[in-house]
Amino acid sequence: MMNNLKIKTIEEFLNEGISPEILFWVGCAGSFDDRAKKITKAFVKILNSANISFGVLGKDESCTGDPAKRAGNEFLFQMQAMTNIEVLNSFDIKTIVTTCPHCFNTLKNEYPDLGGNYKVYHHTQFINKLLEEGRFSIEGGSYKGKKITYHDPCFLGRANNEYNAPRNLIKKIDAELAELKRCKSKALCCGAGGAQMFKESEKGKTEINLERAEEIKKNTSKIVATGCPFCNTMLTDGAKSFEADKQVEVLDIAELIVRAKDL
Amino acid sequence: MLILITSLGFFIRNINRLRRNINIGNGQTEPITNKPERWRNMLRIALGQSKMVTRPIAGTLHLIVYLGFIIINIELIEILIDGIFGTHRIFSSAGVLYGFLIGSFEVFAVLVLISVIIFWIRRNIIRIKRFREVEMKGWPKLDADLILYFEILLMSLFLLMNATDVEFQNMNNGNIISSFIYPFFSDYSIDTLHVLERSFWWTHIVGILIFLNYLYYSKHLHIILAFPNTFYGSISKIGRLNNMKSVTNEVNIMMGKAVESENSNDVKFGASDVTDLSWLQLLNAYSCTECGRCTSVCPANITGKKLSPRKIMMDTRDRIEEVGKNIDKHGEFISDDKKLLGDYISREELWACTSCNACVEECPISIDPLSIIMDMRRNLVMEESSAPNELNNMMNNIENNGAPWPYNQQDRLNWNE
Repeated sequence: MMNNLKIKTIEEFLNEGISPEILFWVGCAGSFDDRAKKITKAFVKILNSANISFGVLGKDESCTGDPAKRAGNEFLFQMQAMTNIEVLNSFDIKTIVTTCPHCFNTLKNEYPDLGGNYKVYHHTQFINKLLEEGRFSIEGGSYKGKKITYHDPCFLGRANNEYNAPRNLIKKIDAELAELKRCKSKALCCGAGGAQMFKESEKGKTEINLERAEEIKKNTSKIVATGCPFCNTMLTDGAKSFEADKQVEVLDIAELIVRAKDL
Repeated sequence: MLILITSLGFFIRNINRLRRNINIGNGQTEPITNKPERWRNMLRIALGQSKMVTRPIAGTLHLIVYLGFIIINIELIEILIDGIFGTHRIFSSAGVLYGFLIGSFEVFAVLVLISVIIFWIRRNIIRIKRFREVEMKGWPKLDADLILYFEILLMSLFLLMNATDVEFQNMNNGNIISSFIYPFFSDYSIDTLHVLERSFWWTHIVGILIFLNYLYYSKHLHIILAFPNTFYGSISKIGRLNNMKSVTNEVNIMMGKAVESENSNDVKFGASDVTDLSWLQLLNAYSCTECGRCTSVCPANITGKKLSPRKIMMDTRDRIEEVGKNIDKHGEFISDDKKLLGDYISREELWACTSCNACVEECPISIDPLSIIMDMRRNLVMEESSAPNELNNMMNNIENNGAPWPYNQQDRLNWNE
């Protein structure tokens, strides 16, 4: 290992006869996308710092099938789902935490019908749980008093009604939460969902991520927080055209915590 | 009496036709479980208007018209009894209570009139964006205005009827508003006033009966269907997209978990026409009031794409009507070489959706346009294999290497390097 992150696969745990507390479902973006890999590492730093025993699937992990399902390919989705469920059940997985709201939604809401019943957390929910249980703490840090804009990912917010977990963490780092005009249940999509991430958009007068970026620009905060690797990509791209003095940094909540605590 | 029976007869015929048309949907629905929660949803969302008021101006005006409609309709009981038995204001012996009721009807009639006029101004003078999208041209625009004119007419007739009723004015019990209109008619003789009162009375009741039968042809049908629609609307997390049972069977066969049954060959995947949709999706279409809240929050529509969730619902209803008329004409459906997918809803619209659920969240009566979009995408992909190329690449990647991008599954742990 190149760095000092402590990572073990579920298989390694089982070979030692231990079952870890949680499975960290890394997701395709978290595994392969250069930007999202940083989010994965940030979350692992948090898990390590809180001494959470977690395993990853590594080469046994595969796409949940969400983009296929929302593109209309229910066959491929269910093939993926059933194969994943076989793997998860063979490792006797009970609790899954993921940094991707799309994986989160699919694992939580669409796998049970097909025989996959797990307790599924988005990482912002899990970090809140650790805070409540006193296993992790966030106090102040480098973002104290700074203005942070939060963008709700559709699949965490509207889809699963989770608006508070990420906001609570922004408050914990003592930052000032700057809400967008369209927020929570009225939040505007970043443009990536429903398999749009993987195709050119249809003809229109602008791109969805540019529309959202314009709204972000009006908020005049230098940092945009979100909880989804796809939103992260779309908003980063959308904000590229901002004037030099209006540049923003798009960060995942996990990255904010790592920086605030200097982990 | 004859008019009443005829119009009720027509109304029942329309309800039956509606029921038949909704049932042409063969698509699967989720089992209707958890009735108590469904009743609560109906009471809260439809009866309690909880989602209407998220937009305060339209919500409040709608609340007034809705309350006015319900409250003033109590008076309809008296009007009907009077009409059938030839009595005049049969409940007026109730004294103070009668005065209170009629008084509140009159106040509400004025409030409804004001609200409806504001609605008309919003549609025709301010021309709010969601009322002038492409799908709102022609009949939908006329329909919306006709409903407002109907309401203005009915409320005015109600007040005029009271104002010209000399007996009622002399009772001086509940004529809070009409007593101010009465003086305008002071030059007329008692007989003329009586004739006027009768004609207002008759136009009012006939107007109501016509309006009742107009419902089936109009978006105004929501005043009835909002109730079943909120009852049957999904109660799971809105992010959950149904798993197709027919596909589960096929996948189980492929994975060796089940054996092929004889009738598994003629399954059609997804929807290309209204007959492939479920009765619930068709009920959704008939319930839609074309308010356009869904379209006004749709990210694709906001950024100028062709997709409009409201248009999806309107197209679906238009096509059901077309299929229904075809069945009326031929006794059964004879192919007309048309489909909902292609002839009404284009691929470009379907592929513009981000499945963000903003439309579903926004609908004040629990309509789910996304489910229809998804069922049509399913048809495009699983029956026609006609997804956009980039999506085919993405799906090939998932199939071959378990990720939407061409990376090797063996490298899944390399993020740590």
